[in-house]
Amino acid sequence: MIEMLTEMFSYNFIIRAFAVGILVSLCAALLGVTLVLKRYSMIGDGLSHVGFGALAVAASLNIAPLEVAVPVIIVAAFLLLRLSENSKINGDAAIAIIASTSLAIGVVCVSVSGVNTDLNSYLFGSILATTNADAIMCIILAAVVIVVFVLFYNNIFAVTFDETFSRATGLKTGVYNTVIALLTALTVVIGMRIMGTLLISALIIFPALSSMRICKKFKSVIICSGVLSICCFFVGMCASYSLDTPTGASVVLVNAGVFVIFWIIESVKTRIAKS
Amino acid sequence: MIPLISIKNASMGYEGKTVLSDLSLDIYEKDYVCIVGENGSGKTTLMKCLLGLIQPLSGKIEYGSGLKQNEIGYLPQKTVLQKDFPASVSEVVLSGCLNNRHTLFYSREQKNIAAKNMELTGIYPLRKKCFRELSGGQQQRALLSRALCATSKLLILDEPVTGLDPKATSDMYSLIKDLNRKGITIIMVSHDVTASVNNASKILHLSRSNYFYGSAHQYLHSDIGKKFMITSCPCDDCQHNRSSVKGAAK
Repeated sequence: MIEMLTEMFSYNFIIRAFAVGILVSLCAALLGVTLVLKRYSMIGDGLSHVGFGALAVAASLNIAPLEVAVPVIIVAAFLLLRLSENSKINGDAAIAIIASTSLAIGVVCVSVSGVNTDLNSYLFGSILATTNADAIMCIILAAVVIVVFVLFYNNIFAVTFDETFSRATGLKTGVYNTVIALLTALTVVIGMRIMGTLLISALIIFPALSSMRICKKFKSVIICSGVLSICCFFVGMCASYSLDTPTGASVVLVNAGVFVIFWIIESVKTRIAKS
Repeated sequence: MIPLISIKNASMGYEGKTVLSDLSLDIYEKDYVCIVGENGSGKTTLMKCLLGLIQPLSGKIEYGSGLKQNEIGYLPQKTVLQKDFPASVSEVVLSGCLNNRHTLFYSREQKNIAAKNMELTGIYPLRKKCFRELSGGQQQRALLSRALCATSKLLILDEPVTGLDPKATSDMYSLIKDLNRKGITIIMVSHDVTASVNNASKILHLSRSNYFYGSAHQYLHSDIGKKFMITSCPCDDCQHNRSSVKGAAK
C-alpha cells in the first residue's frame, strides 16, 4: 500500500493532478451545498456541457482551450441562473436544451476538424490533461471560494435558506447568486479536464447530498461535504491508479458508494428513532 | 401622532399591470392590522411593497418613527425548499439578525437577542433541534423568532396559520396578540376573516374595485364586511338584524 503510494507520487503529473483534483473537489463540494439546497443542481450539469462545447471548438480552431472556455462558460452561468430564477420560462427544460445543444456542437466540431485529441478524454476526463496553468488557476480559485465562504458564511446561509426574507432584510441576494454561479462556472471549467464533462456535476451534487443524509446543521453539512469530497477524490484516484480504471469514473463511483452508505445509516437511524 | 407607515395614493402591481390603485392609509404604532380579501385582490402585492421587494408604480410609502425598511420583521409563507433543509433552529433564528450589522461571526449581543426572541415564542428548548424535524407550529414559531430578531417595531405576517392544526392555530394567534400588547405593530395577511375580526384592531379589506380600511367594529357594519363575514356581529344592532332576517325566512 505504502509502496504503491510512494510509487504514485514519484510522478510529477500525478502530483499535479492530485493537487488540482483535491482543490476542485473542495470547491465543488462547498458550492454544491448551496446549489443543491436552492434546487440549482442542474446548473452545474448544464455548465459542464457548455464547457465541453467551448473546449471542442477551441481545440478545432487551435486556440488555447481555457481562454475560450472561461469566458463562454461565465456567460453561460449568468444565462442559466436567469433561466432558473425566471419562473415564466420552464427553467430545467431550457437548461437541458442549452446543455444538449452545446454537447452536439462540441461533438460535430471534433469530428469535422478531425482533431487528434481523443474525444473520450473530454467526455470522461484524463489526469494527463492538467497543465501547470490549470494548477495555478486552481489554487487561486480554491483560495477565493474558501475566503468567500468564511467571510460571508452567515449571509450565504441566509440567502440559501430563505431568499425573500433575506431581500426584505436588505441583503443583496442577486449578488450572492451571481458570485456562486460564477465560482461554480470556474470550478466546472477546471474540474472537467480531470473528471470529464459527463462526470463533473457528480462532484458538485454527491458530497452535499451525502452529508445532508446525516448532518442536521448547515455548518456541519458544509464541513462534512468538504471533507467527504476530498477523501472520495483521494480514494478514487488511488483506486484508479492501482486498478487501472478511468479516474473520473472511479471518483464518482466512490462518491456514489459513500452516498449509499450514508443513506442506509440515515434510514436505520430513523427506523430506530421511530420504534 | 406620526404614522409608522403612511401610504399615499399608491398604485401597485407588476410589469405595468396594476393590481391595486389609489390606495391611501396610515398605520400607527401598536396597531394590529389584518389584510383580508379574495385571491388576486393584491394582498401579497401590498405586502411586497411594504417590504421594499417591489416598488409602487406611483404614489409613495413613507416610514415614520425612525422605522427603516430593512427593520421590518417578516414572516413569509413556508417554501418547498425548507422542507428538507438541514439547519438547526438557532441557525435559522440568528439569520434574522443580519440586517443590523454585518460581522464575520455573530456577536454576543446578537446571540442574546436571538435567545431572548426564542424564549418569547417558547422555542428556546428546541434551539439545537433540526428545523426540518419540527412540527408545523414549531417551525412557524422559529420563523417568528427570526422575524423578531430583525425588528423591534413592526412585524409583517403572511398567512401565519396556513397548514396548522386548530390548537397550533389558536396558540399562534394568542402569541401574536401578546407581541402586539408588548408594543409591536402587527400587519397580517389572512384568509381567516373571523379570527381577524376577533384579534385585530383594524381591518384592511382589498377587493378589485375598491377597499375598506377601518376598525374591526366598523368593518362588521360595512357593506363589504357583511358580505364577507359568515357569522354575524354579536352587537345588539346586528342581533336585531339577524332575528328580523330569520322572521322573514319563516
